[in-house]
Amino acid sequence: MAYNTVVEDNIDILVVGAGLGGTGAAWEARYWGQNKKIVIAEKANIDRSGAVAQGLYAINCYMGTRWGENKPEDHVRYARMDLMGMVREDLLFDMARHVDSAVHQFEEWGLPIMRDPKTGHYQREGRWQIMIHGESYKPIVAEAAKKSADKVYNRICVTHLLMDDAKENRVAGAVGFNVRTGDYHVFKSKTVIVGAGGASNIFKPRSVGEGAGRVWYAPWSSGSAYGLMIQAGAKMTQMENRIVLARFKDGYGPVGAYFLHLKTYTQNCNGEEYESKWFPALTEMVGKEYLDTEGQHLSHKPIPTCLRNHAFISEVNAGRGPIHMVTMEAFQDPHLEEIGWHNFLGMTVGQAVLWAATDVNPKYENPELTTSEPYVMGSHATGCGAWCSGPEDVSPPEYYWGYNRMTTVEGLFGAGDAVGGTPHAFSSGSFTEGRLAAKAACKYIDDGKAEGIRVTDEQIQRRREEIYKPMEHYRIFRNEITAGSVNPNYINPRQGLDRLQKLMDEYCAGATVNYMTNDKLLQIGLKKLKLMEEDLEKVAAEDIHELLRAWELKHRHLTSEAVMQHTLFRKETRWPGYYYRGDAMKLDDANWHVLTVSRRDPATGEYTMEKAPCYHLVGAGE
Amino acid sequence: MPTFVYMTRCDGCGYCVDICPSDIMHIDKVTRRAYNIEPNMCWECYSCVKACPMDAIDVRGYAEFAPLGHSVRVRRDEEKGVIAWRIKFRNGEKDMELLAPITTKPWGKHIPQLADVPAPSQAMRDSQLLFNEPKYIRLDEGDLHTLASNGLVMKEGVYY
Ligand SMILES: Cc1cc2nc3c(=O)[nH]c(=O)nc-3n(C[C@H](O)[C@H](O)[C@H](O)COP(=O)(O)OP(=O)(O)OC[C@H]3O[C@@H](n4cnc5c(N)ncnc54)[C@H](O)[C@@H]3O)c2cc1C
Ligand code: SF4
Ligand code: SF4
Repeated sequence: MAYNTVVEDNIDILVVGAGLGGTGAAWEARYWGQNKKIVIAEKANIDRSGAVAQGLYAINCYMGTRWGENKPEDHVRYARMDLMGMVREDLLFDMARHVDSAVHQFEEWGLPIMRDPKTGHYQREGRWQIMIHGESYKPIVAEAAKKSADKVYNRICVTHLLMDDAKENRVAGAVGFNVRTGDYHVFKSKTVIVGAGGASNIFKPRSVGEGAGRVWYAPWSSGSAYGLMIQAGAKMTQMENRIVLARFKDGYGPVGAYFLHLKTYTQNCNGEEYESKWFPALTEMVGKEYLDTEGQHLSHKPIPTCLRNHAFISEVNAGRGPIHMVTMEAFQDPHLEEIGWHNFLGMTVGQAVLWAATDVNPKYENPELTTSEPYVMGSHATGCGAWCSGPEDVSPPEYYWGYNRMTTVEGLFGAGDAVGGTPHAFSSGSFTEGRLAAKAACKYIDDGKAEGIRVTDEQIQRRREEIYKPMEHYRIFRNEITAGSVNPNYINPRQGLDRLQKLMDEYCAGATVNYMTNDKLLQIGLKKLKLMEEDLEKVAAEDIHELLRAWELKHRHLTSEAVMQHTLFRKETRWPGYYYRGDAMKLDDANWHVLTVSRRDPATGEYTMEKAPCYHLVGAGE
Repeated sequence: MPTFVYMTRCDGCGYCVDICPSDIMHIDKVTRRAYNIEPNMCWECYSCVKACPMDAIDVRGYAEFAPLGHSVRVRRDEEKGVIAWRIKFRNGEKDMELLAPITTKPWGKHIPQLADVPAPSQAMRDSQLLFNEPKYIRLDEGDLHTLASNGLVMKEGVYY
């Protein structure tokens, strides 16, 4: 194919994906590496890319240490509880002790943060969340990243990481193609920080047809962070810990501010409180430690998100759906009503459109809620991602190999959704992780660890052929048929995505099977994923836009396989409400109070699974 | 929910093409006007709507579940630093105008050039601190938390 090859050489730090994690990384890298060459490769346009493209109405991770509101260890306890014990406490503590400095910078840069008129502190939505006017959150952090970077390449879909041909298991950059020109882009770099985001659209969405893009996490979150790192042989952790969200039905509008700030609550179809009814039986399943139905009101421990989902799902299964959000009381207050609408306009405009289209006025009608399809991500109330080193002053030996947020591939770092075991980082925590990774990457270079990197032309050429293969395949086989999309020799990316979503849904505990799976189902699912891998060699792209979709699909497929392998490995139901193992319904702390770690052999595609200790560095507290 | 473009207003400037995170706003080769090439990959993020200088892009709720006849319009003013929304219900009963700030400072002016700030000292490099810390955390006691400073035992694993 006639596309040019564009080579950017001698890069010190390549940031792949400039969402919240990537912008944090690019920004901070300039401070620790003032003479270093920092380059960003971003799939879309950095000004409006990633999960925060349309804005946010809250920053969900802020300690408020300056006002004595919380200490980092409080946040560790909270996130640990929410994730049923399973977190990397070293990484969480580290993120929490730095996160306030990121938020204070945002304010200095112009992000409007609301203040509590009485205390003068930031207006809290809940214990960890502060309220912002965040429509321009992304353009603001993009500006900071652009100020630090030597070069920003927009519209580059990064498909593979480059590996060092001189030393095994060391990264050497990345390759991809330009979605506008089609050109082949080669980035030779000493270190790579992956901030390419989480994965939506891996499971069949509840939406269909024209509406299929109305998913909770952005449809452009293609699991590339996972796909790139898995392909490079990085170890992954907690990939079974997918998230299911309770949101306003169809529009997936956020509920955080509704519950926390507007003090709304939920009811079943009979107008009854149902949640607590399910907790005694659930306590049997998960143990008193995680859900103390008698002591909860004394300990003030919030109920884990997944367990609240469990109550929701169970009540609907019992035939008492729909579940409604009681907005009619709060919305009588015009100020709260305005906040309710602003909340959508700031981050999920689609919900406002839906209510306007269906004449749902929450002042006079309690809107319906739903539980979403599952998502795979590492920064919300879930912790999928790469197995990374922690900081030297906090991490135990199993969690520490020298450079903060470095994966098990040398010189390869992660931030945000890419990093495993750090749930509840959200936007501010993802940005903070990028900053931490940037400092460590500079140190890695300054310590001489990136000396002697070599990338052969063979590797570059091989990747080039691989990247354009879907277009080549289309060119060869399209004339076998008259017209249309049904071809015996290829599938197009949409057909591939439909297949992936259907099989993940049915075999790996999606929404339509009530989030339920078992050993047998997972085994079948894995087999089908392997067959699909063969078909992905025959995926056909009609143009560059379809080529983008083809590579997103391949990254989603790699992510899905990891999810399936992890779900099979963890023989217990650790997070009821996110998914269930029908053949191992009980949470089994004796055998599974461990973190799961996988590695896919890049040469053979074979998976090895292991357990890693789950260290609790922070005591239970009062 | 998917966007669409009013033929008479669009002048083919391409701003929407440039900004759409999903790469689905494209210019039609024949009409030289923009259109949404893949509505089922549209998040209704309104990035293109906000970027269009001609107000040519609008959104109609997904055919799958949204009846026709509503409207949610937006105007984002970078100079003034505000965003204005107008929401009209299909039954005409509700017509709301909402305004919010998008920034408190002129764009980018208050973001320092880190290449020009004093280089970090060796002590700073050896510590756990990030740029402008601990100042930016604004701790009363003036330093970063460590497990030890918070009275926690370092590097000792406990299972419970
Ligand atoms: C509806 C919604 C509401 C939320 N609410 C809140 C909230 O109120 N408060 C809060 O703090 N957080 C909230 N979050 C979470 C927050 O948005 C995420 O935690 C955060 O954005 C994750 O950062 P990230 O950098 O890992 O990923 P992202 O910000 O998604 O960035 C990923 C980047 O990688 C790019 N990319 C992807 N693939 C490639 C590739 N192959 N090549 C090159 N580039 C690529 C993408 O274009 C994107 O720019 C919300 C998220 C959603 C979707
Ligand atoms: S609303 Fe967002 S996703 Fe849809 S076309 Fe516009 S910019 Fe793209
Ligand atoms: S930004 Fe508006 S005027 Fe410009 S091409 Fe897009 S729709 Fe047309």
